[in-house]
Amino acid sequence: MRLERRQGVSLWLRLTLPVMAIAIALLLCSTLLLWAGVSVSDAYLSLAQGAFGSKFALTETLTRATPLIFTGLAAAVAFRAKLWNIGGEGQLYMGAMAITLFGTGAVTLPPVLMVPFLFLVAVLGGGMLLLVSAALKTWLRVDEVVTTLLLNFVVLLLVDYLLFGPWKDPMALGWPQAARIVDEGRLATIVPRSRLHTGLLFALGAACLVWVVMRFTRWGFEIRAVGHNIFAAGFSGIPVKLAVIRTALLSGGLAACAGVTEVAGTKGYLTVDISPGFGYTGIAVAMLAGLNPLGVIAAAVFFAGIYNGADSMSRAMNVSNYIADVMTATALLSMLVCSLLVNYRLKRN
Amino acid sequence: MELVEILFTVGFWTAVIRMATPLIFGTLGELICERAGVLNLGIEGIMTFGAMIAWMWVYQGGDLYSAIVVAAIAGAVFGVLHSGLTVYLGVSQHVSGIGITLLASSFSYFIFRVMLPDVTTPPKIESFEPLAIPLLSSIPFIGPALFQQTVITYIALALIPVFSYVLYRTPFGLAVRMVGENPLAVEAQGIDVLALRTIAVAIGSALMAIGGAFLTISVFDAFYFGMINGRGWICIALVIFASWKPGKAFLGTILFAGFDALQIRIQQESGIGIPYQFFLMLPYLLSIAALILISRKAAYPKALLVPFRKGER
Repeated sequence: MRLERRQGVSLWLRLTLPVMAIAIALLLCSTLLLWAGVSVSDAYLSLAQGAFGSKFALTETLTRATPLIFTGLAAAVAFRAKLWNIGGEGQLYMGAMAITLFGTGAVTLPPVLMVPFLFLVAVLGGGMLLLVSAALKTWLRVDEVVTTLLLNFVVLLLVDYLLFGPWKDPMALGWPQAARIVDEGRLATIVPRSRLHTGLLFALGAACLVWVVMRFTRWGFEIRAVGHNIFAAGFSGIPVKLAVIRTALLSGGLAACAGVTEVAGTKGYLTVDISPGFGYTGIAVAMLAGLNPLGVIAAAVFFAGIYNGADSMSRAMNVSNYIADVMTATALLSMLVCSLLVNYRLKRN
Repeated sequence: MELVEILFTVGFWTAVIRMATPLIFGTLGELICERAGVLNLGIEGIMTFGAMIAWMWVYQGGDLYSAIVVAAIAGAVFGVLHSGLTVYLGVSQHVSGIGITLLASSFSYFIFRVMLPDVTTPPKIESFEPLAIPLLSSIPFIGPALFQQTVITYIALALIPVFSYVLYRTPFGLAVRMVGENPLAVEAQGIDVLALRTIAVAIGSALMAIGGAFLTISVFDAFYFGMINGRGWICIALVIFASWKPGKAFLGTILFAGFDALQIRIQQESGIGIPYQFFLMLPYLLSIAALILISRKAAYPKALLVPFRKGER
């Protein structure tokens, strides 16, 4: 058996791959469910109901998908340029810190301006963080994987310090949380009696925008060219370093928006645990989407469903909800294998 | 206490050697993977899994020595998985590694929760006791620091010369170094490139898992969530810092553990008004600083990240 490069890939194959990957992941995880001593069909049924089974479940899943769309887009954009940004988690918290700094009373604008303003400061915060790693990579050849990963820990400790120190809200009864975002800056609820907020609309808008930028603009072309072959890109006159810097600002900024949706939308204030690893799950989202910005939406909703479904499944059947993380990782790995089939076919010698 | 005084206390150096132990395993493990041309970002998860499985083995009644073997085997299994994806199928080593880390750590937590569903405080085991080596441990200063450690630390200290010897003085070591530089040349010698890389990654991953196991069955006596806490990523930085050389890697881990132990001592000295979070940031910032210093000169193995496919150039 050997692998042979494929000429051209049909759209149909591209769409089937994620489905195959998910099927493989569910199959593999069912062995774990059996080991944990529960009925597989009951477990998956309970998971599906918890994810999409009611209006409440659906709005909760979409609420959770919102930050995942942003972190997924962040990974998709960066990975297209082969800029290995594993720092989505840190950039998310940078965004969250930026809007806490400006959005808790320091600046007050009418709502129409306040929300865009908060997104702007967050994008700058997250973009700056990734810019550090990208600049170190571009000019000093420092591996960006390591720096982005390590900065996640640094940023999280900074948040921890701020919340236990100068930013601790005296009205919060001793809980380590920052002051609330002012009303003008809050993302409004879009479905009554649910937590679903306008952050979802911003996320959908961002996905479409990123798709257009990556596909139809010169900047997007340059980012993709750098990712395909950085030497060829440089040789043909593309400003490679500038393209990497742009990618960093875009990717870091997108991840930071996830911090906005959580702090100004879902929660209302900054805590240490606003993200249960959205930054890392974003990588799985981007890969399942085949790095396609529009695919990211579907992948984010799927993973959000897995996490919410696993929560309700763990309550109903007493199985640890870490199964959701295992499923995410398995789906990521099986998608990697499946995506190989996009470019190669198996051939008998 | 003065800073310089701390450096001359035996307790400080005992702590340095202890704190360097998991890093020695992790760094050497990552080093052999990268020397063979495979970046292994699975390290953080593999260390977590090693920590969990070794602890669980002892908790279920296994003895401490076999727990090391169990951790090594589990690590090697994840290594083979990573190799299957990156070496045989040639998918992105970055993404596969992150996937392995997500899988191995979540799998550890899942197993822990399924086997111990109702515990709130982590249960404890009888972990390795420090073992004083006769004669050697009575050497003043060096004795207590180096020779009153636990068994796994001795293994780590013995591993460094063995590792260097194998890498530089045996045919296997030569082949591993060559396959990371020029896999075509290895193939021309009639050696199976893919199998060789797989063996290197499996050995490396086994070492990583032992590094994780050290934390649960030697330093602490329980398994905590998030206990690896970025140590794996720091090992990756240390490999670059050491320019892929085992001797330098050992120096790097001692230097790093030294700074880490020092910051803990300074932190304990009350009266310094710096919040503890800033001390905790130091290891990560230090790793980044070390990378910045060294990276311009870093000579990466030539075939690192490049998948090898027969008949394809």
